[in-house]
Amino acid sequence: MHWKILAVLTVIALFAGSASFAADTGAIKVGAILAVTGPAANLGSPEARTLQMMVEEINAAGGLLGRKVQLILKDSQGSADKAFSFAKQLIDEEEVLAVIGPSTSGESMKIKDLCNDGETILLSCAAAETIVNPVARWVFKTPQMDAFAAQMIFTDMKAKGISRIGALVSNTSFGQGGKAQIEKLAPAAGISVASVEVYDSNATDLTPVLTKLKGKNVQAVVNWSIEPAQSLVPKNMKQLGFDVPLYQSHGFGNIEYAKAAGKAAEGILFPCGVLLVADTLPDGHPQKALLMKYKTAYEGRFKEDISGFGGYAYDALLILSEAVKKAGSTDRSRVRAAIEGLKGFVGASGVFNFSPTDHNGLKMDSFEMLTVKDGRFRQAP
Amino acid sequence: MDPVQVLQYILSGITSGAVYAVVGIGFDIVYSATGIINFAQGDFLMLGGMIAVSLAPHMPLSLAVFCAVAATGCVGVLLHVVFIRWLRSPAVLRLIILTIGLSILLREAALHVWDEKVRALPFFSGDETSSLAVLGARVSPQVLWVLAVAALIVAGLGLFFRLTLTGKAMRACASNASAARLCGVDASALVTLSFFLSAALGALAGCAVSPITQTSYDMGTPLAVKGFTCAVLGGLGSPTAAVAAGLLVGLVESFSVSVLPLAFKDVASLCILLAILVLRPQGLFAGGSRSLKGGNR
Repeated sequence: MHWKILAVLTVIALFAGSASFAADTGAIKVGAILAVTGPAANLGSPEARTLQMMVEEINAAGGLLGRKVQLILKDSQGSADKAFSFAKQLIDEEEVLAVIGPSTSGESMKIKDLCNDGETILLSCAAAETIVNPVARWVFKTPQMDAFAAQMIFTDMKAKGISRIGALVSNTSFGQGGKAQIEKLAPAAGISVASVEVYDSNATDLTPVLTKLKGKNVQAVVNWSIEPAQSLVPKNMKQLGFDVPLYQSHGFGNIEYAKAAGKAAEGILFPCGVLLVADTLPDGHPQKALLMKYKTAYEGRFKEDISGFGGYAYDALLILSEAVKKAGSTDRSRVRAAIEGLKGFVGASGVFNFSPTDHNGLKMDSFEMLTVKDGRFRQAP
Repeated sequence: MDPVQVLQYILSGITSGAVYAVVGIGFDIVYSATGIINFAQGDFLMLGGMIAVSLAPHMPLSLAVFCAVAATGCVGVLLHVVFIRWLRSPAVLRLIILTIGLSILLREAALHVWDEKVRALPFFSGDETSSLAVLGARVSPQVLWVLAVAALIVAGLGLFFRLTLTGKAMRACASNASAARLCGVDASALVTLSFFLSAALGALAGCAVSPITQTSYDMGTPLAVKGFTCAVLGGLGSPTAAVAAGLLVGLVESFSVSVLPLAFKDVASLCILLAILVLRPQGLFAGGSRSLKGGNR
């Protein structure tokens, strides 16, 4: 019987050998967990399209370190539980180099510890500050912090003499993050918040709550969400004859949201990266060349406008491939250290300066105040 | 709270209430004919809205809405013929689970035919920014369209059930299917018709609300839950009762916002549903004999 066992062992050894052989010279596996469908689809689908396009470009140009990149894309539908099981699968079974995504803050927080314990690089595309504060060794994120967004909004309000506001947030991690920042930062900015209302992310009518805010005589409304409901806010406000400035979060950075609100979107103010106004940037701008390259490729191929969200995924893969090149290997801990060492790295959302204590790498100057004019995003005057 | 604000809450409650009522009526129609709670009812609204949005750029809005209503009605017929009609004496529970499956099927199909994006029909009159003053309160003109469509549906159904032979036959089937069959009524065809009616009416409502609430592939289920609440509240069977129930739910939701945080809006309406199921399973307006379990098979 011994020879049989021996034979089996040999076969196993052969397979195992070939498998590890593949891991060294085969494709570099990169996982992505994105909300391609579901309520956060306006985030996840441009992210997924961006990654697919970039991976094709990288492979057409000969890959990374001479190896092809294989993108393993999972659609979490915005559900934290699905994101969690996909993350387990990517880490334990696929043994990916890194995970890009998830699209939303709730999902990212759900898998933060999992990736950290599994020693797999996580490049989150979500905004909440808690993803990188406190810093987890293996967890990074590419979008700007929600705290910066709130500060930008308050600075703009002060310049306009606004001191009493009402806020709406959706009942997601992103919304809760915004609520926390608004409540934390408003007093220091000298702005009183009359009321912060939380609505369901599937809301279809917000007139009652806007009636409530209108009754509180606020001078401006802040809405903080990533769901389609954020297009209802401007529409419902106009229909109620509630004529005060509306500020949105950087979660508004997909032109689809402005289109859905139609004429009512005109004049909305929100902080976002300059990505959305790439074509109006002066030629000397450090991000101009990169942004125009991304914009032309993406819009030419998918026949839709680029969004801030696609930019987050763009940065994630760009940072990862730069780190792989810098590390000269696909050893996870060396790539991780290489990301921490990136300085002055030009991305779609801004110029990144990572460090062991800063896993986001962006400063407040990566935001600009944008507005909607004639159905397009423009820099606010 | 000043009177204008009260009026504003009332208007907003009536608007969402009217939509819930139309979904509830859809439940009623199918329930009277078959004893089935058709949980795909909310998806008919989605389908109507989606089809109309796709057709709208190519034809006048009214024609697009008409085509969407007809097409969704046909989908309703198709669902009944393919999945339900040929079943021999199925248990009601099995049918209900089947409709939940159909709801998922419609939702996923819509995701593949269209995509994940949120769409909206253009406003029937005016645009996103137009607003009418009603005694000091402000509403979108589209709200009037929604109310008109809901009223039209209720009035039309009332006339249909009272005056036409087919309508009378449907009522006969609802009250006693075997007796109706003995009198020569083709019960099975009428059940198919009830699916057509509920789907078409759902689609019409779906088009009317699309400019306000927006249409996306996954809007069906939350609407079905609200519509179901109204149907149960109204005692399952009478469109007028469903309207009263719908307005009640809409108003409770809307006024709950004025005193509670907005997050509790759905809690308010679901509490009503639970209370009704426990305390008055026959519905608010029924005499007492009918209950959810009874059915009319």
